[in-house]
Amino acid sequence: MTVQGWVQIAFYLVVLTALTPVLGGYMARVYRNERVFLTPVFGPVERLTYRLLRVDPNVEQDWKAYARTTLVFSVLFWFALYLILRTQGIQPFNPEGFNSAPWNVTFNTTSSFISNTDWQYYGGETTMSYFSQMAGLAVQNFVSAAVGMAVLAAVIRGFASRGTANLGNFWQDLTRTLFYILLPLSFVGALVLVSQGVIQTLSGYVSYATVQGLDQTLALGPAASQISIKQLGTNGGGFFNVNSAMPFENATGFSNFVEILFILLIPAALTYTFGRMVGNRRQGWALYAAMAVMLVATIGVAYAAEQNGSPAQKGAQVATASANGTTGGNLEGKEQRFGIASSSEWAAVTTAASNGSVNSAHEAYTGIGGAVPLVNMMTGEVIFGGVGSGLYGMLLMVILAVFIAGLMVGRTPEYLGKKIEAREVKLTLIGTLFVPLSVLAFTALALATHWGTQSIFDSGPQGFSETLYAYTSQGNNNGSAFAGYTGFIQPNAPGNAGATGISFADLMGGFLMLINRFVPLLAAIAVAGSLATKRVAPVGGGTFRTDTATFVVLLIGVIVIVGALTFFPALLLGPIVQGLTPQLF
Amino acid sequence: MRRDLIASALAVLVFTVVFGLAYPLATTGVAQVLFPNKADGSQVMRDGKVVGSRLIGQEFQKPVLGPDGKPKTDKDGNPILEPDPRYFQSRPSATGYNPSVTFFNNLGPNQKDLRDLFRANLAAYLKRERPTSPGLRAKDVPVDAVTTSASGVDPHISQANARIQARRVARARNVSLTRVNQLIDDNTDDRALGFLGEPGVNVLDLNLALDQEAQA
Repeated sequence: MTVQGWVQIAFYLVVLTALTPVLGGYMARVYRNERVFLTPVFGPVERLTYRLLRVDPNVEQDWKAYARTTLVFSVLFWFALYLILRTQGIQPFNPEGFNSAPWNVTFNTTSSFISNTDWQYYGGETTMSYFSQMAGLAVQNFVSAAVGMAVLAAVIRGFASRGTANLGNFWQDLTRTLFYILLPLSFVGALVLVSQGVIQTLSGYVSYATVQGLDQTLALGPAASQISIKQLGTNGGGFFNVNSAMPFENATGFSNFVEILFILLIPAALTYTFGRMVGNRRQGWALYAAMAVMLVATIGVAYAAEQNGSPAQKGAQVATASANGTTGGNLEGKEQRFGIASSSEWAAVTTAASNGSVNSAHEAYTGIGGAVPLVNMMTGEVIFGGVGSGLYGMLLMVILAVFIAGLMVGRTPEYLGKKIEAREVKLTLIGTLFVPLSVLAFTALALATHWGTQSIFDSGPQGFSETLYAYTSQGNNNGSAFAGYTGFIQPNAPGNAGATGISFADLMGGFLMLINRFVPLLAAIAVAGSLATKRVAPVGGGTFRTDTATFVVLLIGVIVIVGALTFFPALLLGPIVQGLTPQLF
Repeated sequence: MRRDLIASALAVLVFTVVFGLAYPLATTGVAQVLFPNKADGSQVMRDGKVVGSRLIGQEFQKPVLGPDGKPKTDKDGNPILEPDPRYFQSRPSATGYNPSVTFFNNLGPNQKDLRDLFRANLAAYLKRERPTSPGLRAKDVPVDAVTTSASGVDPHISQANARIQARRVARARNVSLTRVNQLIDDNTDDRALGFLGEPGVNVLDLNLALDQEAQA
C-alpha cells in the first residue's frame, strides 16, 4: 500500500462528508416542498408534469395508498421496458442492426433495471441498440432511483410524523426527485465525464486499420448521459460489457473520482436529509457514522489484500512488490490508470452502495479482496446502500438495534420518541430477513442442480463463489458480478443473431431481484405507516439515546450479526478458503 | 386503482420522452459542441486516416514471414503475428484489443489456468526483452506487463515497463536511448490533479511519436 493510495482514499471521504450536509439540506427542502434555487427553472416543468399525468400533488396518501401507487407504477414500467427491449429490430438509433436478446434474457434485464439492480447477463455494445440504451435502460436508471428516494421520503415522514397517517404524495415525491435532484446532477456530471474522454455520440461504430494495419472497431454511443445517472442513482448497469473499466466509460483518474463520488453522493447525503426531516441532525450523523466506519474498514481490507497479490501470481513468480513506476499487487483485471488503490476503493464503495458498476474485474480479486464486495452486499445493502432503499433498509436495522437494546435493559424500546411494538418488530424482521434467506435458498438451489451449475465458468471454490456472488448481488439489488457466471450465450455473429439464454439463471435471477426489491420496500413503508400515528413521548432521563457513539457501535454489531454471520458458512466455502491457501485449483 | 393506472401509463410516456430522448439528445448536442473529438471517442488521425483512439490500446504486431518471404498463416488461413520490435508493446489482453466486444478472461485468483497464463506472458516478455536487457529477471518484470486488464483495451503501460522496452525500441530503430526515454516522459499521462489514479504511458501516442521522429 502506498501513501498516495491512502491520500486519494482520504480525499474521497473528506469530499463526500463535506458534500453530505450541502446536498442533504437541499434534498430536505425538496421533500418538504419548499422553494429551492432551481424552482425558477423546474417549477413550471413540475407543474406541467402534474397536468400531463392528471394528478393532484396536494392529495395526501397514507401508507397503503402510497405503496399501491408505487407498485402500479413499477409494474406498468416493467411492461413498457420489456416491450422496448423486445422490439429492437424496428427501432430508430440502431446503427449496428442489433436484434433483441432472447425473451428469458430480456425478462432478467427488465426485472434488473426496474428493481434498480442493473445486473447484466448481456454485453451492452454487442446487444443493445442506442434506442434501448437511452429510452429503455437510461430511463429506468432515473425512474427506479427516484422510486427508491420517493419511498424513503415517505418513510421518513412516517418516522417524523406528529400523529397524522399521511406520508405524502407519490407523484409529487417522484417528480420533484427527478427534476430537482437527478436531472441537473446527471446533466452536469455527463458533461464533466465527456470533458475527460467519455463518449457521447449517436454515430455508428467506426472501423479502421491500426498503425500496424490490423482491424479494429470502436463501439460508440450516447454513453456519458447514461453513465452519470448510472452512478448517481446507484444503478450500475454499464453501457459497455466491462462497465467503468472501459476507457470510453471512465477515461482518466479524474473521471474515476467523479464516478466514484457519484456512487455515494446521494445515499450519504440522504442521512443528513433524514436528520433534518426528523428535526434532529445528530440522528442523521449517527447513521452516517455507522455507515462510514464500515465503509472505511472494507476499503482497507480490500486494498491490503489486493496489494498483496494473488496465489496465481506467486505461483508463476510474477513480481507483486510496488517498485518505482509500477503499481505492484494484483493488477490482473485492473487498469493501469486506476492501479490498486482506486480499484479496491471502487470495489468496496460500489458494493457498500447497491450500485454494482465496476472499474476492475471482481472475479480476479484475491480470496479476501473478493470477500469484501460479497460481505458488503450481504449486510443487506445498508452501508449507504441504494438511493433511498439503503436508508430505509438501515432504518429497519435501527429498529432491530433499538429492540435488542430494549430487551437487554428490560424496557419498551423507542426510536425518535415513538414506541417500537410487536407490529413494527414483526414487519422489520420480514424486511431484514427475507433477503438473506432468499439469497441462501436460491444459491443452494443453483448449486445443487445441473440447471444452475451450467452457468459456472471457473473450477473449484471460485465456481462456488461465482454462484454465491450472482445470487447475493441480484438478491440485494447490487448488480456487480464475478462475471464468469453466465445466463446468456452470444455467438460472434452480426446483429447478435443466434444468441440464447440460460433460462434457469435468467428467470431465477429476475424473480429474485423483483421480490427482494419490493418486499423490503413494502415492509419499510408499512413500518412507517404504523409509526406515523403514534404519539411522541418526550425525551427523559431514561430515554435510550440513538445519537451517541454507543448506539453506533450497537448498530454496527446488529448489522454484522444479521447480515454477515448469516452468510459466514457460505463465505468459508468460497472466498475465505481461497484467501487462506496458496493452493491452485 | 384506476387513477393510479392512468397516471402511471401517462408517466411512462412522459418520462420516456423526457429522460429517454430529450435528456440524452440534449447532452449529445452540448457535448458535441463543447468537446467534439472527445465525445466521438478521441480518435487519432495519421495522414488523414483514423488509426486508433488514444483511449483504446491496440496491438503492435506484424506478420511472421516464411522462408518464401510471404506471411505465414495458421490452419484457418489467418496470418500469424508477432510483436514488432520497433514498437512499444501494450499489456496482454483477453480480447486481442477488441473495443467492440469487451470482456475479461474471468479466471479467479487461485486458478491453475491463470498461473499458466502468467507463466506464458512472463516467458514471452523475458524472451522479447532479454536480448537488449541482459540479466533481466522475472522479479524485475513489472506486473502490468504480464497481467491482463479488465477492459482488454488498456491504453497504458507502467513507466517501469516502458523503460525496459525502451532499450529494445532504441536499438531496433537506431535512436538514442535518451531520446526514447524523453519521448516516454512526453507521452506519460500523469495522475489527475497530481494524486488521483496512477501514471501510465500512452502506448499509441508514444509509438506514433516515434514514427513521427523517423519521418522527420
